[in-house]
Amino acid sequence: MQTTPAVDMITTETPNMKITVASGKGGTGKTTVAVNFFLSVPKTSLLDCDVEEPNSNLFLHNDLKKVKEVTIPVPVIDEQKCEHCGKCADFCNYNALAALPQKVMVFSDLCHGCGGCSLVCPNDAISETGRSIGNIERSLSGQFHTGLLNIGEAMASPLIKELKTYAGENTVIMDAPPGTACPMITTVEDTDYCILVTEPTPFGLNDLKLAAEVVREMKIPAGVVINRAGVGDGGVEEYCHQTGLPIIMEIPYDRRIAEVYSEGIPFVETMPQWKEKFLQMFETIKEAVR
Amino acid sequence: MKQLTVISGKGGTGKTTLTSAFAALAENATIADCDVDAANMHLLLQPEIIKTYDFTALPTANIHLEQCTGCGICVDNCRFGAIKEGFEIDPYICEGCGVCEYVCPADAVTMEYNKCGEAYESKTRFGPLVHAKLGIGEEAGGKLVTLVREIAEEVGPKNNCDTIIIDGPPGTGCSVIAALTGVDIALVVTEPTVAGIHDLKRVMEVTEHFEIPSLVCINKSDINDNKRREIEKFCTQKGIKIAGEIPYDTTPTEAMVEGKTIVEYTDNSFAKCVIEVWEEVKEEMQS
Repeated sequence: MQTTPAVDMITTETPNMKITVASGKGGTGKTTVAVNFFLSVPKTSLLDCDVEEPNSNLFLHNDLKKVKEVTIPVPVIDEQKCEHCGKCADFCNYNALAALPQKVMVFSDLCHGCGGCSLVCPNDAISETGRSIGNIERSLSGQFHTGLLNIGEAMASPLIKELKTYAGENTVIMDAPPGTACPMITTVEDTDYCILVTEPTPFGLNDLKLAAEVVREMKIPAGVVINRAGVGDGGVEEYCHQTGLPIIMEIPYDRRIAEVYSEGIPFVETMPQWKEKFLQMFETIKEAVR
Repeated sequence: MKQLTVISGKGGTGKTTLTSAFAALAENATIADCDVDAANMHLLLQPEIIKTYDFTALPTANIHLEQCTGCGICVDNCRFGAIKEGFEIDPYICEGCGVCEYVCPADAVTMEYNKCGEAYESKTRFGPLVHAKLGIGEEAGGKLVTLVREIAEEVGPKNNCDTIIIDGPPGTGCSVIAALTGVDIALVVTEPTVAGIHDLKRVMEVTEHFEIPSLVCINKSDINDNKRREIEKFCTQKGIKIAGEIPYDTTPTEAMVEGKTIVEYTDNSFAKCVIEVWEEVKEEMQS
């Protein structure tokens, strides 16, 4: 039998990309950009990595099905074997173990699951069990996945890491958590491009600088979307020009956009001309990644 | 000493706008900006830093290649996948557990503590401010929040303050928990949007989990009447008082551009709503 190359191998399509939508400041419009971008560009998938407050599906209205409960390994002490030497507690950098004269206490909320305690235990008294930190849910089509961190849970990053393994074959858009701390880094890590959403205000600028510094240090190409353009001042534009950070889209300050947003309607559905703008932005991103 | 934390779940609902106005309105308050990875309060309060504290949290592994035999035992044991090709540590992924140092048969790994942020004690035109800057991409936001609060608890009494007002981070995770534990009251700022309501409900589960009495403030209250009523209904069911409502307006942006708090910038109806919220919160704190 003769093998012929598959048709899509001959086409000049760019390889599938991982694109994150991030911002230092919360509430600048990450979810708005991620969802409308996803709805405008065919053959993409969406991951909602803002696992503390995932909002993308409020605009997509998918029926979601739980696909995985994510756990992290935490220690279990076998009191029969434990001699209370305290080596496990000494080793733990997260203060998740406390060795008392008669008992070792485990604070599993603080455990990062490194496995160090079971390695150092001279009596083989430590085994591990899974502690649930949250769930991963998917839409029926499989194009959308979201993480949902348990209430009162501090460990967002392991859930985000697991969620990212559901990226699939398409170009994937990831809605990142706000800030520049570990959950944001975990999301942005190993992606091809980062869209930084900001607003043209002093707060927006301050937090854009922080986020831009992160992606610069991680050597990830980035572009800026200015949301609510028209209010505030010119600081963000000035900063972008000075640092060579491209502005890849501006979404105007428009009460109508805010109103459809409040209802959970993606604005490309009520203003379909915006789909074209998101497609153009996608082309800009493809160029930058190439 | 009474402590109030302003949170929202969702970002951008107006936490800092409100907290900064409270700073201007409160008579004897220390302000603590606990949104340590996107701190904004300093932009409005223009602090003069009087003391800087170095913040060190977890160490990062360092593999000394001249001693490394390339056996790969560290790679096999690192649960975080932080050891890349050529036995290079990815500092963003390394969580500082020390397992690689422990398992290395050639003693080629050391754990190194580096400064990963700073906290500041400052003076402002409204009184003391404690704020911080988390290093880029650092972990342990929650620990830095705790440090800011510890400093505020020292600075407050020194300056005859009877209240600490904490500007909290968005979300429900590590930093939010650190900003909430042990406070007397939480003010949850929300907006009448599907996302605002969703995040309000989630963050209220956190305040309930930690048994912190809460009040709600509805910002942008006139953007969607149905959603506003939905919030009011939710609060009534939960027995939570609404401290006030603030309209959708460009006033906060204008004030921010001038580097002023709302109540310094204007005495319009918007500012009056903010003052009413503060009066309500103050009363609730004292009861």
